[in-house]
Amino acid sequence: MDFQLGPEQRALRDGMRELLAGRFGRERLRAAVEAPALDRALWRELAEAGFFALRLPEADGGVGLGLPEAVLLMEETGRALLPGPLVACQLLAGAVDGVATGERIVALAETAVGPEPGAGSGLPPGAGAGPYPGAAGDGPLWEHPADCDALITLGDAEGADPVDQGRAAGAYRSAATDVLCAPFASVDPLTPLARITGIVRKTPLPLDVPRLRREAALLTAAQQLGSAARTVETAVAYAREREQFGAPIGSFQAVKHLCAQMLVRAEIARSAVYAASVTEGVLDVTAAKLLADEAAVRNARDCLQVHGGMGFTWESDVHLHLKRAWLRAARWGGVAAAEEALAAGLIA
Amino acid sequence: MDLTYTEEEEAFRARLRAWLAKVLPTLPARPAAADWPGRRAYDAAWQRMLYDAGYAGLHWPRDAGGQGATPTQHLIFLEETELAGAPYVGANFVGLLHAGPTIAVEGGSEQRARWLPPILRGDAIWCQGFSEPDAGSDLAALRTKAVRDGDAYVVTGSKIWTSHAEVADWCELLVRTDPAAPRHRGISWLAMPMDAPGVTVRPLRTLAGSTEFAELFLDEVRVPVGNRVGAENDGWRVTMVTLSFERGTAFVGEVVACRRVLGALARTARANGRWDDAVLRRRLGRLSAEFTALWRLTQWNVSAARQPGGGVPGAGGSVFKLRYSHARQELYDAAAEVLGAGALDADQEWVADRLSSLSYTIAAGTSQIQRNIVAERILGLPKGR
Ligand SMILES: Cc1cc2nc3c(=O)[nH]c(=O)nc-3n(C[C@H](O)[C@H](O)[C@H](O)COP(=O)(O)OP(=O)(O)OC[C@H]3O[C@@H](n4cnc5c(N)ncnc54)[C@H](O)[C@@H]3O)c2cc1C
Repeated sequence: MDFQLGPEQRALRDGMRELLAGRFGRERLRAAVEAPALDRALWRELAEAGFFALRLPEADGGVGLGLPEAVLLMEETGRALLPGPLVACQLLAGAVDGVATGERIVALAETAVGPEPGAGSGLPPGAGAGPYPGAAGDGPLWEHPADCDALITLGDAEGADPVDQGRAAGAYRSAATDVLCAPFASVDPLTPLARITGIVRKTPLPLDVPRLRREAALLTAAQQLGSAARTVETAVAYAREREQFGAPIGSFQAVKHLCAQMLVRAEIARSAVYAASVTEGVLDVTAAKLLADEAAVRNARDCLQVHGGMGFTWESDVHLHLKRAWLRAARWGGVAAAEEALAAGLIA
Repeated sequence: MDLTYTEEEEAFRARLRAWLAKVLPTLPARPAAADWPGRRAYDAAWQRMLYDAGYAGLHWPRDAGGQGATPTQHLIFLEETELAGAPYVGANFVGLLHAGPTIAVEGGSEQRARWLPPILRGDAIWCQGFSEPDAGSDLAALRTKAVRDGDAYVVTGSKIWTSHAEVADWCELLVRTDPAAPRHRGISWLAMPMDAPGVTVRPLRTLAGSTEFAELFLDEVRVPVGNRVGAENDGWRVTMVTLSFERGTAFVGEVVACRRVLGALARTARANGRWDDAVLRRRLGRLSAEFTALWRLTQWNVSAARQPGGGVPGAGGSVFKLRYSHARQELYDAAAEVLGAGALDADQEWVADRLSSLSYTIAAGTSQIQRNIVAERILGLPKGR
């Protein structure tokens, strides 16, 4: 057993960190805040670096690496606050043409909650059209709708062959133009959202949906981890520099202790996320997401506190971490569901 | 990133498991906390069994009497003994988990030969005489003085909160050997025999009702100069080695134990109907995530210790200790919820554990001190004034 990163894993992570520092530094980040359309050129560069095809077999033009490596790369995107449906494109690179090469961008949305569009209408699954019940306030959210070529929805295995439950059924692909949306004011300026009100046309995709959900949760947790680690560094850097009462605020114990707890949260999340990428166990992933969500959200809040009034400004990047952390925390299972699942695991 | 164990490691695990399955059913119950001599004898006998079977000092170097096993094998040992419900390290805690490792790293060859084998055989019980009435968190404020007189130090002062002092044979003792030097520089680390003339032990009662720790009064106790580990006045550095062992590795087995307790709590709650309370259920679910992550952090730290220069656990031990001590308290608070009115029964196992869990955020450095360490030594924040 050697749970540390191997030399290739370190190199991969460092390479990604460098690429993002060069192509998505502070200026680019702030420009994206004002104009959040995705940078297609950067998207293709990521593809060239093997980001999307990372886990595809080499025979299919992929890099042939595994989930631990995907987690390390996702952690870097979380650190850098890189916007876009990165998790969806990582996961769908083998399933939707053009995604692996960065030509096409796709997003994932959960539509499992509530009946599928077209349910009970007599139409075959996948051909359904029509509004979600209560869609005015409650339809699922779609990230970066204007940038996506297609939307992949994960629904219930309605109408599926019972023998094939959970595998062939449940994932559908729709062209972006076939999705009906209501406008939605996203709290995160880097992640435009739309509320899905209905889907005109959808085609079933042969995907292992439970696995897709698990991996989406894990990769999202990895981004949360990156954000949590970054906000520790940001807080510490500020605490060493900013002076009050004739001394750096980092020499005050109240500030020190905030920073120390931030590190503890990030390191606990790191252990859980990395381990889940190795075991791929469903409860390990659930625990990792729970702890990483907590680390990202609470670290961003503490980071804001360490920055004082500056932390409350639009100028500072802290709020961008917090808002994105909220957004990710709301995806792929919330706190209550995670805790319930873990509790059930104790008596299973 | 690899969590699979090698064939050799799995073979080690299988051998250990088979041995535990054979010997554990033959053991009587551990005596109650009030019976310290009984506990000492029990803990020593268990250590002897481990020694005879080749499991004592697994990860200690061979020239220190150990087995020279890898840290991973040690991890497997801790995991398997806890899973099997083997006896707690108990009175052997200080000797095995920090005095011994410190002597193995810092002691001369004669000192290693003299002190380490008896620890491994369970013949010698050690205690830790660091804290003083006016030097707890601020350990470097210690005042117990040692004055050189020929080939001995004459030690005068007092120590407090000394765990297992009642039954210990040896004490890892911090003394001030140069009162004129800056406070961190005038300290030395001595091995003091507890039966030396001038040593008085006065048991202190803990909030759990037991006499797990004591006050030590040292009245002109003569300790041979040859009992000093490390150079004279270099004791602070040696102490840091001791403390990093204490914080870094001493709680590993307990994480496994907590995971076991959590499972038992869930099953009890299911049986007594409290499982229907969603708030309690979710608390247990969250604790499951906590202890799983703490176990992963342990594996991470053990892997890091195998990297070059990783012999002495680093300040990362403080990260672990901080989260673990609080999680342990939450675990036993949740146990109280599961027990309902039974939580007021002091004889109940989980109630006793709940009481003892209160010490975890204090002993081995309080949470506040651990946060200072993390902030200053890992994050590099400036020292406070
Ligand atoms: C069960 C148990 C067993 C123990 N066993 C041993 C043993 O075997 N050998 C041994 O030598 N010692 C032992 N100890 C002692 C233990 O190490 C000390 O209790 C501990 O270091 C705290 O010191 P103190 O009790 O003097 O508290 P104090 O240092 O007086 O602390 C009181 C409060 O002030 C806070 N505080 C102090 N300084 C600071 C600071 N700089 N910043 C912020 N907050 C601060 C503390 O966090 C705490 O909340 C044991 C303690 C317990 C509870």
